[in-house]
Amino acid sequence: MSASNWTADFLAQLNADISVVEIDLSSARLWQIESHAWQRFAEQAMQQNLRWAAGWAEQVQNRFLINACFEKHGEYVLLRTIVDDANPELPSQATVYPAANRSERHTQDMFGIKFAGHPDNRRWTRHQAWIENSYPLRKDFPVQGKPVGITAPDMHYPFIKSHGAGTYEIPVGPVHAGIIEPGHFRFQAVGELILNLEERLGYVHKGIEKIAEGRTPESLSKLAGRVSGDTTVGHCWAACMAMEQAAGITIPPRAALIRGILAERERIANHMGDLGAICNDVAFVFAQMQFTRLRELWLRTNATVFGHRLLMDRIVPGGVACDLSEASCNLIRKEIVELRKELTEVILAVDLNSSLEDRLYTAGFLSEQTAAAFGTLGYVGRASGQDFDVRRDTPYAPYDQVTVRVALETQGDIASRFWVRYKEIRTALHLIEDFIDRLVAGELRSEWQTPPAGSEGLGIVEGWRGEIISHIRFDADNKIARFYPRDPSQLNWPALEKLVLDNIVPDFPVCNKSVNGSYSGNDL
Amino acid sequence: MLRLFKKILTTGVVTERLKTPKDEELEQLGIEIKRHIDKQFSRQAVLPDALRVNANLFQTDLSGSIAIRQVDAGSCNGCELEIHALNNPFYDIERFGVHFVASPRHADVLLVTGPVSRHMQTALLRTYEATPNPKWVVAAGDCAACGGEFGVSYASCGAVSNVIPVDAVIPGCPPTPLALMKGLLGLMTVKK
Repeated sequence: MSASNWTADFLAQLNADISVVEIDLSSARLWQIESHAWQRFAEQAMQQNLRWAAGWAEQVQNRFLINACFEKHGEYVLLRTIVDDANPELPSQATVYPAANRSERHTQDMFGIKFAGHPDNRRWTRHQAWIENSYPLRKDFPVQGKPVGITAPDMHYPFIKSHGAGTYEIPVGPVHAGIIEPGHFRFQAVGELILNLEERLGYVHKGIEKIAEGRTPESLSKLAGRVSGDTTVGHCWAACMAMEQAAGITIPPRAALIRGILAERERIANHMGDLGAICNDVAFVFAQMQFTRLRELWLRTNATVFGHRLLMDRIVPGGVACDLSEASCNLIRKEIVELRKELTEVILAVDLNSSLEDRLYTAGFLSEQTAAAFGTLGYVGRASGQDFDVRRDTPYAPYDQVTVRVALETQGDIASRFWVRYKEIRTALHLIEDFIDRLVAGELRSEWQTPPAGSEGLGIVEGWRGEIISHIRFDADNKIARFYPRDPSQLNWPALEKLVLDNIVPDFPVCNKSVNGSYSGNDL
Repeated sequence: MLRLFKKILTTGVVTERLKTPKDEELEQLGIEIKRHIDKQFSRQAVLPDALRVNANLFQTDLSGSIAIRQVDAGSCNGCELEIHALNNPFYDIERFGVHFVASPRHADVLLVTGPVSRHMQTALLRTYEATPNPKWVVAAGDCAACGGEFGVSYASCGAVSNVIPVDAVIPGCPPTPLALMKGLLGLMTVKK
């Protein structure tokens, strides 16, 4: 089957059972179905091997739109249904797609929409900051809410229990021992062996979706750049892409190339930091020091060339806020040559180290089946045979001009994730050189046009952690009505629960680091 | 193994080698920080009598450092990346007597980032209570300083000072490693 015709075949097959209304949206196919068919669609989609990619809801007057995004062969379908606010209920897709599980729980907590038959409908994003039966993302819920003086801890969350001789629990967090984001991990163990891990996230929920409402495009792109600080370029790009689609704007070619350079620089900075940190978690400090040194040099160039070490707010609606001079291009080219040489030296020393092999090989194993079932993304998915990369499979400017080589491994362990990330650094270095060579003179920013009220856009980019999906709907007067960013971490966190099983508790930090999910991007 | 040693030797000590103006500023800052730490964290005065015989030993070995417990109370993780950088070989803040510890019970300073999310409010309060007196709180980053991009909402308490007393504020989104060092020095100069 070719990449493009599965949608037509699938639609024909669906129409025999479910009536689908096709709506033309510039960014994706939008299929609207009756709410009672929500789960049946998922069953059919699963048979066709569609990947469940994202799910979210929005309120339009007294109705809720419920969305789910599916992908196959780089082709996206946005599925939508409408339920009335008098009885917001529809059958769950999480029974078919485990990936939809937490997303539906988030929608349940934030909108009060019930997913009938959900396998685990405990609260997820809600702790105790707002009371049960009130829903922050409903339009009648005030941004300020009704907070009490001190928000109580979420004491009575019904964690999974273990029983039997010798089993015990280890509660970890939310405040962890290192310089790291907060979250709670509940281990059940026998001796050192992990029997079960349950993640309890939501601690850094800061109302991003709610405070996005009513913002201008400029202000939204700033917020999007802080969904997850390490992915500021990725999220900002996805959000701007969505807004530009809604407004019907094409960005200038030079701006697209600069966005590509920014995104690849972000990928390299994060990968270098994490390669070092993975080694540090197994006490191999040499690599940690070398990689943090290289990362620091890289960030200093960011500051010199782009004016910000982490590249925040460089992408703006309609284009970019920074230019690249000829001198800067030369500086970057020189830096890349130097970095390649250094990486080769460091990686040879790392590769030939048997103590590192002992700790990284076979540890934290994620099978291809589990990775596929949870829709695992980015380097975590690619280390477990999930051959997908938005840059190659749904290319957007500037990736439509170049060939993106996607690193793939099937071993599924920490070492695999380590090597995939190393290869991705190499690819990214090539891409930056390629983009610099292709840099054309021209505008940095297209003029903004106020989008019509109700218009929407779906921005999909490959951030350094994997596919980012950003949905935006505009209100009248250039104001945002709804912003939903789906960080890849939302799909990768559940994979961590699986890949630590049968590992020993002391290996949890390195397992966790090899995935490095974003807490902030998950909790919103 | 030989490759490893070769790389270590050829890399050398970046902390001293690079003498760009920025790094001179860094050295200067560090020396200042160390001077203040030495002045204020000399244990001699607080040593119980039984230990006083070993006072000299304590002075040389244990005085002259501060322990920081970093708490992310709702940050986007941007500030954490830059706080991490303080430990890279360029800044290597530990050489000035500043080190990060794993428990608030070992800490002199809480370095708090993020707007305080309501879901982290109790955790932050408990961390504060668990830190022994005398203690200082530094709010690092725009969010911690004033709520930043997130402000106060149903989900966020905003600035750290809305939840616990703050002794110093380091603005920036995120503050650079140098800004963080200046902020720490500022704290010590004020708190004499």
